[in-house]
Amino acid sequence: MRIWHFLKYYLHDLRKQKKRAGLTVLALVWGTFSILMLLAFGEGLTRQLDKARLGLGDNIMIVWGGQTSITHQGLPRGRKIWMRPDDDKLLERLIPEIKHAGGEYHRWGVDLIRGKTVLSQHVTGIPPSFEEMRTHYPSAGGRMINQADLDMRRRVMYLGYELKQKLFGDEDPVGRLVELRGIPFTVIGYGQDKMQMGMYSGPDVDKASIPVTTFKAIFGDQYFDNMVIQVYNTDQSEYVKRRVYEVLGAKYKFSPDDEDALGIWDTVEGMKQFNAMMLGIQIFLGIVGGMTLLIAGVGVANIMYVVVKERTREIGIKMATGAKRRHIMNQFMLEALLVCFTGGAAGILISALACYLLGLIPVNSGNDAMNWLGRPTISTTIGVIVASILAVIGIFSGLFPARKAAGTNPVESLRYE
Amino acid sequence: MPNGNGTIINMQGIHKVYDTGKVKVDALKGIDLKIQRGTFAAIIGPSGSGKSTLMNILGCLDVPTDGVYEFNGERVDGLHHNRLAEIRNEQVGFVFQNFNLLPYATALENVELPLIFKGVPTKKRRERAVELLEKVGLGERVSHLAIELSGGEMQRVSIARALANNPSLILADEPTGNLDTKSGRAIIELFEELWQKGHTILIITHDPNIPQRTERVIHIKDGQLTENGNGAH
Repeated sequence: MRIWHFLKYYLHDLRKQKKRAGLTVLALVWGTFSILMLLAFGEGLTRQLDKARLGLGDNIMIVWGGQTSITHQGLPRGRKIWMRPDDDKLLERLIPEIKHAGGEYHRWGVDLIRGKTVLSQHVTGIPPSFEEMRTHYPSAGGRMINQADLDMRRRVMYLGYELKQKLFGDEDPVGRLVELRGIPFTVIGYGQDKMQMGMYSGPDVDKASIPVTTFKAIFGDQYFDNMVIQVYNTDQSEYVKRRVYEVLGAKYKFSPDDEDALGIWDTVEGMKQFNAMMLGIQIFLGIVGGMTLLIAGVGVANIMYVVVKERTREIGIKMATGAKRRHIMNQFMLEALLVCFTGGAAGILISALACYLLGLIPVNSGNDAMNWLGRPTISTTIGVIVASILAVIGIFSGLFPARKAAGTNPVESLRYE
Repeated sequence: MPNGNGTIINMQGIHKVYDTGKVKVDALKGIDLKIQRGTFAAIIGPSGSGKSTLMNILGCLDVPTDGVYEFNGERVDGLHHNRLAEIRNEQVGFVFQNFNLLPYATALENVELPLIFKGVPTKKRRERAVELLEKVGLGERVSHLAIELSGGEMQRVSIARALANNPSLILADEPTGNLDTKSGRAIIELFEELWQKGHTILIITHDPNIPQRTERVIHIKDGQLTENGNGAH
């Protein structure tokens, strides 16, 4: 069949049966829209959650000192394990799979004074590697704590975004002073307003951070409250964990098999579970949407059966003038595919428009629903998946009616009124 | 090819049984029929006599239940449906009582139909279709839709369509049945003209005027042939 000839007939059918054709296409548009929006919301949710997860850090694990539960080298159970300020360097040196290791101090309820504002805040002492490990990315115009700050124990302070808002409002805090325990600290930068899902000591946006060496000098802490370790490769996190037990076990004389001697929160493990869960959610949403689209496909098949019936005489005429079964088959297959294509294309356009419009609504970083659902995203993968589903549905909804058409007896169809 | 010599249709002991499950209908009961190239023949008989069944088998639209049918020297009983479609396409031209045109296609597109299935390229196809429509006197109606034409004109379009691939046989089933006397006469004259140019034409009809003008008349009754008239075979 020549495509043009066929297209003309298709368009003629559309004109003749506007409502019927319209409803069929509408079902497809709706089906496509449903599956696309469900997947787009899923994708947007995944990306937002991923961003929030990165608010804590990428590929990191948090290590705390624990209590021994196994006697080791003649030492009793129940010993407290404290991590000393050079342990991070020790781990970095002995375990090459570690990218960064950094110890951290915490103090809650520390008074911060700026002018007439007095706030009781959480203050941490951190190394520069936290910029990368814990995504302490400074806002434009400021910087994070650097090695020179540590070396010289500078009295500099890096503020979380919310804390900066409380102390300075919309003013630029860089270069201004904040009093901590009566000691003036210069603000060198403040963090970006970030989403943070996982946390072990409160959200970063509420913290004031100072160089880890300065912290030790002021507060006199002997031990790290915790360490943060970043691995190069997520596949090595189990091995690195094991090595941390071995290295610190050798130093503090506890068995490397003593799980309670250290507390380790492996966010890499969590991330893997998180990814698996999100994939599960995406598959679920895809199935729900696919079902909707499938129903639309059943509608197309139905209509195609009716069309085949209506065109019985046309089929007979074509067969009498020499059409082979495959000619007839192709015609109806093409028609079903075209219906699906029309509906699918319209559905995709509408979905893309909906995503664009939703994207225009600003999302504030509070933990409201818009944060998670306000950013539907149609990725290439989603596009390919939906297009494939549409194609499969088009083929199947056309196949059976087209086979019926091709199997028509030419004698009977010529007599059909 | 028209204008040749020899046998175009050779049927021996053709039976057609319609089996509807419970009832078996013997539509054709042992037809023997030979038709030479270049013949102009009429097949007449009362309704229910098996005329249409015979025509369907003659035109390779249907296959016989039993018997041997040679068309243009080729055994066609029991052929694969694709080959039958090719024979219909290239060697048979049908003209129906109710025209069987695609109603929302133009006269040109209707005539092009057999050429499309033969795979003739667009330009050649168009030229051929216009030429045929001019031949049947519809040169002015090329781009009219089929439904916009009168009965006589529609039948001319269907004759033009039947001639598209220059078939060896033109089969007409009651071609004047739905036409007024004048248009009917004109159609018969067109057939005569085609016959004189060498086409083999078989007309199945009730119309008493047609057998008077054909060289051979074949009677069919209760699925069997009886012949009179001036046909020699």
